[in-house]
Amino acid sequence: MLKHRVIPCLLMLNDGLVKTSRFAKAKYVGDPINAIRIFSDKEVDELMVLDIGASRGGKEPNYELIEQFAGECFMPLCYGGGVRTVEQARRLFALGVEKVCLQSAALDDLSIVTRIAEQFGSQSVLVSVDIKSNWLGKNLLYSSRSGKAIDRPWLQFLRDAVTAGAGEIVLNSVDRDGTMQGMDLALIREASAAVPVPLVAVGGAGSLKDIKAAIDSGASAVSAGALFVFHGPHRAVLITYPRYTELEALFGS
Amino acid sequence: MIPSIAIPALPCGNFSSVVKIIEKVGGKARIVTRPEELGDFQKVIIAGVGAFDHGMSSINSGGWLGALNSFAITRRRPILGICLGMQLLCKRSEEGALPGLGWIDADVVKFRFDPGSSLKIPHMGWNTLRVQKPNPLVPVEEGEQRFYFVHSYHAVCRDPVDVLATAHHGYEVTAALSRGNVMGVQFHPEKSHRFGMALMRRFVEL
Repeated sequence: MLKHRVIPCLLMLNDGLVKTSRFAKAKYVGDPINAIRIFSDKEVDELMVLDIGASRGGKEPNYELIEQFAGECFMPLCYGGGVRTVEQARRLFALGVEKVCLQSAALDDLSIVTRIAEQFGSQSVLVSVDIKSNWLGKNLLYSSRSGKAIDRPWLQFLRDAVTAGAGEIVLNSVDRDGTMQGMDLALIREASAAVPVPLVAVGGAGSLKDIKAAIDSGASAVSAGALFVFHGPHRAVLITYPRYTELEALFGS
Repeated sequence: MIPSIAIPALPCGNFSSVVKIIEKVGGKARIVTRPEELGDFQKVIIAGVGAFDHGMSSINSGGWLGALNSFAITRRRPILGICLGMQLLCKRSEEGALPGLGWIDADVVKFRFDPGSSLKIPHMGWNTLRVQKPNPLVPVEEGEQRFYFVHSYHAVCRDPVDVLATAHHGYEVTAALSRGNVMGVQFHPEKSHRFGMALMRRFVEL
């Protein structure tokens, strides 16, 4: 049986590792290479590295650093941040990255997703969708580059992204980011029912129970940041990942 | 010393991870750009991702077909296909129109689930193998071995004896196949931690 993937999500800012809370208050948590090495030793299912400053700063991916990341990963590596062209994607794949994750470029024009999927296959391109609810509790599509909500139906954007060729959707709840207070299960349920491709849910996981709840709500995989880099009430930096037997017991296989 | 494993530099491939894991387990691999060089090597790995026709046209237009046939069929040296590389060993695929290498009597078909099924395509993530026959790559006695998969199409072998291992996604699908010196794995050993390293070490030491 296919296992549910549990994916540490590492955020980069100016080549350092950070963790945000509700997409703000980026706290430095260490050196990315060191963290990736530890995660690889812990045999994580997969790893997602997102450079949250790249699109905002109009920067290129840091290829040299990403190549070092790939050199440490004997598991799939997904990179996101500042990817806007097929050529950039090609370069990343050549360095040993399996998947590129697009947000800003996909919001501008979904044809980039199609062009990458046509050349490298749908499995190699993810579209990351950030959702933020407004004061009425209505879910809105959000652009992490501009830090603003976008006037466009989010569920339709998910469907359009899949039609364009996205092999997976990364669904992030901005309001839950870094809170470790549980994931937005209603959001996950709605999104998962709408797309035929795997859904990676992110945002809010504070325990293995939260991960299980997201899976039970239809997510194919769960990604988490704070859960795997922070420890205890004071959020001391400690890199952890559950043992395989723990995950097996959690998912009851 | 001449590296023992050649990896044809097909445009459909992503080889750095494969080279890296071979080195990690003590082997030597080289990405080869000219088909006539294949004769210098003891083994070949066909690694690739993406669409079937793109893979076959990479082989055809690069002039690899003759060299690969001679390597696998005439000289009978070990050859391992990974992911799309495994599918290319088959006769044909629903995904494309071009004939495959045809060394394994199999068709590649898309996953088919009942309408309303919650199973996702691609089959993406970690899955365990059910080993179907004694083989040099994944010994039956090793216990549970899990590998990273990502594919939307899978091989259906006409001769069940060619099936090396299966995995379950909706139903049992071919996860690895072999006929003599020709072997293929649908999953990515280069992305499967120690399980992948063990498999690659066994291929290196063949």
